[in-house]
Amino acid sequence: MRVAILGATQGMGRAIARLLVERGDQVFVLGIEPEELARTSADLQARSPSHMPVGAALCDLADQSTFASALDAAEADLGDVECVVVTAAIFATQDKLEEDLERTELLLRLNFTNTVVFCEHVRRRLIERGGGTLCVFSSVAGDRGRKPVILYGAAKAGLSQYLEGVDHKHHEDGLRVITVKPGFVKTGMTAGLKPPPFAGEPVAVARSVVRAIDRGTPVVYAPGIWRLIMLVICALPRFVMRKVGF
Amino acid sequence: MAGLGDQGQTIAGWGNIGVPGHEVLSERLERASADAVLSRGLGRSYGDSALPPPGSREVLGTRLADRILSFDPASGRLRAEAGLSLHELNRLLLRRGYFTPVTPGTQFVTLGGMVAADVHGKNHHVAGCFGSDHTRMVRLRVADGRILEVTRESHPDLFYATCGGMGLTGHILEVEIDLKRIPSPWIYGESRRIADIDEFLVALREYERFPYVVGWIDCLSRGRKMGRGILDGGRWATASEAGGKPLPSRPSPSVPVMFPNWVLNDLTAKAFNTLYYWKHFAKENRGLRHPDSFFYPLDAIRHWNRIYGRSGFTQYQCVIPEASGRDGVVRFLEALTAMGGASFLCVIKSCGPESKGTLSFPRRGTTIALDIPARSGTQALVDALNRVLLAEGGRIYLAKDTFTRAEDFRRMDPRIEQFEAVRDRWDPERKLRSAQSVRLFGDPA
Repeated sequence: MRVAILGATQGMGRAIARLLVERGDQVFVLGIEPEELARTSADLQARSPSHMPVGAALCDLADQSTFASALDAAEADLGDVECVVVTAAIFATQDKLEEDLERTELLLRLNFTNTVVFCEHVRRRLIERGGGTLCVFSSVAGDRGRKPVILYGAAKAGLSQYLEGVDHKHHEDGLRVITVKPGFVKTGMTAGLKPPPFAGEPVAVARSVVRAIDRGTPVVYAPGIWRLIMLVICALPRFVMRKVGF
Repeated sequence: MAGLGDQGQTIAGWGNIGVPGHEVLSERLERASADAVLSRGLGRSYGDSALPPPGSREVLGTRLADRILSFDPASGRLRAEAGLSLHELNRLLLRRGYFTPVTPGTQFVTLGGMVAADVHGKNHHVAGCFGSDHTRMVRLRVADGRILEVTRESHPDLFYATCGGMGLTGHILEVEIDLKRIPSPWIYGESRRIADIDEFLVALREYERFPYVVGWIDCLSRGRKMGRGILDGGRWATASEAGGKPLPSRPSPSVPVMFPNWVLNDLTAKAFNTLYYWKHFAKENRGLRHPDSFFYPLDAIRHWNRIYGRSGFTQYQCVIPEASGRDGVVRFLEALTAMGGASFLCVIKSCGPESKGTLSFPRRGTTIALDIPARSGTQALVDALNRVLLAEGGRIYLAKDTFTRAEDFRRMDPRIEQFEAVRDRWDPERKLRSAQSVRLFGDPA
């Protein structure tokens, strides 16, 4: 498989890129910083059984003008892009966002507007080549409005909704849309937060994501236990949600 | 850093004796190390060497910074971020014919941690230590904020103080090392059941024909049976011995919960040791061994440290110098068995010459390591063992220690003066500290 990954330099994107490269898939990495891209490419090359060089291009989720050229670079390097994975996003705690409107605007723009615009670029390209896989990281935070993740969750809820609609419309065109909903995963993004019970490790999440890409599973909770946790949380009545802290 | 406080968390070494504090993980060590007090890898040091000093409560966790930055298949030269684990390295490269020149008894350690503890392994008698004898370069953030590429040639004082310096000379960001080519991924091993300590010391010598040697002793047996055990030697199997047999991956079940403290007592430890001894029923075994079972027998059970229960345990590892001879080892074992102190595992091995790491642990002689459950009498037991050790002129291993007293450590290891002199040059204010350095070196809390 030939896969472009936006966010492969860090966290879960890194873990997914490694799994793919180790089993012989061809990967192209997209990210913000040249130095980080170079280090990630080197890492992936060392992990590739055939020691195959891994290409990279700059793509900044904050700057829509980089999207088309980055995808062009991926197509040029891989020959053909069959799958695009988007793990890039930003995070801030609800407390931080509530006292900082600028940051709130940025988070909403990156995690919703720009992610959707990036996906639209990908959607057109994949449909044009007769189909493919678009795998995007949303979050369990988008499943219900909750006190600790009101703004982050709102952006992710919008993103999940968008991805579901695209799946409904374009499944027949051969487009496989995979919405990943991670629970708490111990990565650099969540560093400094106290891990709750059932916190996941990036490698385990990456495994279930790659399985979903292989099978075309439309929605993946990772770790899987979060499907149950969210089922319960979504069933709680409003007066309970007003009382509890999660 | 995040500065979110402890939120009631505690942080502990492998011995599960915790202090208030937490680790902040980062994939970007260069950025995160700017104001960190200490780096911590996978937390496999038993005691307090990777714990924050009481006044700080936060350490930088490196295990997410684990990228391989370059690897040359022709020479085996590898450069990686400090959080890369040996487990990952083995998973990726063992089957491709590369292995670390020195491995400790667990693969759940980071390259940075291996340098910081200057780890040794079953091949110490021929290969020395990981840091001071094999590491080519460490990229180090020193206390004044600079980032340096430190080699033996560029900064000899800093390089050798960093190897075995328990992370106190700077934050290790990257490590460069030459991996060894191996003829097959299998070990050809021989093992022998040993009746007592005298047979053990002779056999240890004889087994030095193997590059990898370690012995396990039943340290609960006294009298004539004192020092009985199993001796294990091995080398990499040749391609023809291995016959192209693929190396299977091994499942590793986990101890799911903390055991209650009473599970490990003198009786269960005695039963375990006797079973383990007689499991090796034949006097001698030989044949192909999986490298995981040969190098990392305890890794087969994840979280095995939980069998010691909530109160935790410590490991006591010391080296008795060659000058003390057979009698020195016997005196130590007699003292140990007389004092009791249940241990599931007691490991013995001959060490080769001392490395140049300023505080590197091994020196020519016999090293003994044993687990001691933490109970009310543990401090007294460690004090007593240290008295015996001091009389023999031996020393303890910082990566294992929780209970040694500062004055005892100073007497065992006068090299501390030299080490502190290097720190005076590079970190006069002692920005880099650990719970252990406060306890043993007199650093400010």
